[in-house]
Amino acid sequence: MTDTITDTMKKTENKILSGESEAPPVVSEWRRFRRVFFQRKLVMFGLIVFVILIFTAVFAPLLAPHDPYRGDLANSLVPPNSDFLLGTDIQGRDTLSRLIYGTRTALLVGFVTVAIAATIGNVLGLMAGFFGKAVAMIIMRIMDTVMCFPFLIFALVLAAVLGGGIQNVIIALSISLIPGFARVMNGLTLSIKENDYILAERSMGASNFRIMFKHILPNAMPTMIVLITLQLGTLILAEAALSFLGIGIQPPGAAWGSMINDGYRFLLTNPILSFAPGLAIMIVVFAFNMIGDGLRDALDPRLRGLL
Amino acid sequence: MAAYIIRRLISGFIILALVTLFVFFVMRLLPGDPLIIFMGRSVSSGNMSMEQLENMRAEYGLDKPIMVQYLNWIKGIFHGDLGTSIHYHEKVGRLMLERFPITLHLDIFSLFIGTFLGVMLGIAAAIRRGTWVDTLATGFANIGITIPVFWLGVVLMYTLGLKLRLLPIAGYTSPFDDFWMSTRQAIMPVICLSITSMAVIARQMRSSMLEVIKQDYVRTAWSKGLKERVIIFRHVLKNSLIPIVTLLGLAIGIVVGGSVLVETVFAIPGVGRLLVDSIFAQDYVVIQSSILIIATIIIVVNLLVDISYGWLDPRIRYS
Repeated sequence: MTDTITDTMKKTENKILSGESEAPPVVSEWRRFRRVFFQRKLVMFGLIVFVILIFTAVFAPLLAPHDPYRGDLANSLVPPNSDFLLGTDIQGRDTLSRLIYGTRTALLVGFVTVAIAATIGNVLGLMAGFFGKAVAMIIMRIMDTVMCFPFLIFALVLAAVLGGGIQNVIIALSISLIPGFARVMNGLTLSIKENDYILAERSMGASNFRIMFKHILPNAMPTMIVLITLQLGTLILAEAALSFLGIGIQPPGAAWGSMINDGYRFLLTNPILSFAPGLAIMIVVFAFNMIGDGLRDALDPRLRGLL
Repeated sequence: MAAYIIRRLISGFIILALVTLFVFFVMRLLPGDPLIIFMGRSVSSGNMSMEQLENMRAEYGLDKPIMVQYLNWIKGIFHGDLGTSIHYHEKVGRLMLERFPITLHLDIFSLFIGTFLGVMLGIAAAIRRGTWVDTLATGFANIGITIPVFWLGVVLMYTLGLKLRLLPIAGYTSPFDDFWMSTRQAIMPVICLSITSMAVIARQMRSSMLEVIKQDYVRTAWSKGLKERVIIFRHVLKNSLIPIVTLLGLAIGIVVGGSVLVETVFAIPGVGRLLVDSIFAQDYVVIQSSILIIATIIIVVNLLVDISYGWLDPRIRYS
């Protein structure tokens, strides 16, 4: 009898020490999250836009009324009408179709870039925070160096060096974004590793690798999810800026930034050519920012003002 | 304190050295040969021989090993010589003296306006939390961090410039030549340049005010029967401004980054425009100098921010 009690106690103890849930209050956490997250109208707006956006990007060929790449010079610079809802550009390409295909570019660049930057940045930040000393010194000095340049200028110069195009834009933006993630992760690691459960884990002989990826990383996740969402907006803005300058997505690719640049020459006669893509950028970035804010307040309100 | 400043200065220099290395070597990765681009037509049309090209390469010191080129560049900087632009055929130092004041004029204006309005918006939102003032100010700030500045420029140009004819659509005039014209031309670029930093600062200001309002000493001030104005300005504002100082480095980055776009939209001959033009001309002498200057400014500002932080908030101890 006593044996079984001590046995169960030991088991529970082990469970607690290894961090494998002494039944955490999963339900109430989730409920709290739902309440805070879905309660705000702006967050709901963001979510709806997000769903529409994914839908548009996936089904672009079905939704677009015309071919976004093939123009018809006879229909050049047509004002909006029933056939071309938003008119056509100088090459006679349908603006609405190009806008629809532009969601693909924006989302592709946004998601792929943030995935690359977050992965590399988090690993670097984790290593710097965990090992400290020379490792931290080398990693963080390099990150500081990159951070001396304004984000946009750094990305611009890198994209120019690499030579434009969607792939190089993704590489340039990823490299520019890595220090942001590394710095936040470094700070998080430094504070998380002071916790007693890390000490307990270490005393049980856990490897560095296990502590880093099984304990520190999951605890940093809420902050990272918020940061990733907020950075998506930044990235879509930056991609648009690079394409606007002519260093990003190259023609005939449909990108909102380059559409603004193309339309801008016909501002007086066809303002819609440059107004429409800008509005699209704004709605999308606004949606991502609202989702990010909502996630922040729901996951960790302490981050308010920091992220 | 003194030890801290010295340590920060040293690390500032290390980072600056890393920046020069970085700038120089990344630039050398640029595809293509700037001399061939510059001489493009002459070479292909046979007006210029390969021998002349080699002579030019020697003239610009581009035939030397890359380490020697780097050291020469650094040596030049210490002698106040940033090199010679291949595209403009002019000393980079002179080019910068021409272009830099223009960017400085617009950027400093924008930084002041953005910081001031951002702080004001943040205060308004925080002290009238939950009312329409808060909704309006927060909404405005949310739009500010969302709007693509170059697109805002295009929209303003269309509405205020082309349709309403209130302001000149583009260009730049020095305030010393024609103050009235200069101010009118600066309005739209300054709106575009300041909006993002204003929004970022307003959001931060709001949350930092709300944080301070919760503090015990504010409750004490209320219970002492002080007027709201005194509490807000004497007790809350001072302490909420501290985190804003750290945002200064970020705000400068935003404004300078925006200059590249805004100067392109409004055809302003500043450093931002120069950078974009040089990128297309692959004139790396100019590119490396401009980004080096920008990075140096940001390093210095961040250094000042770090040092002033302890003075502003005596609770912070340098270790």
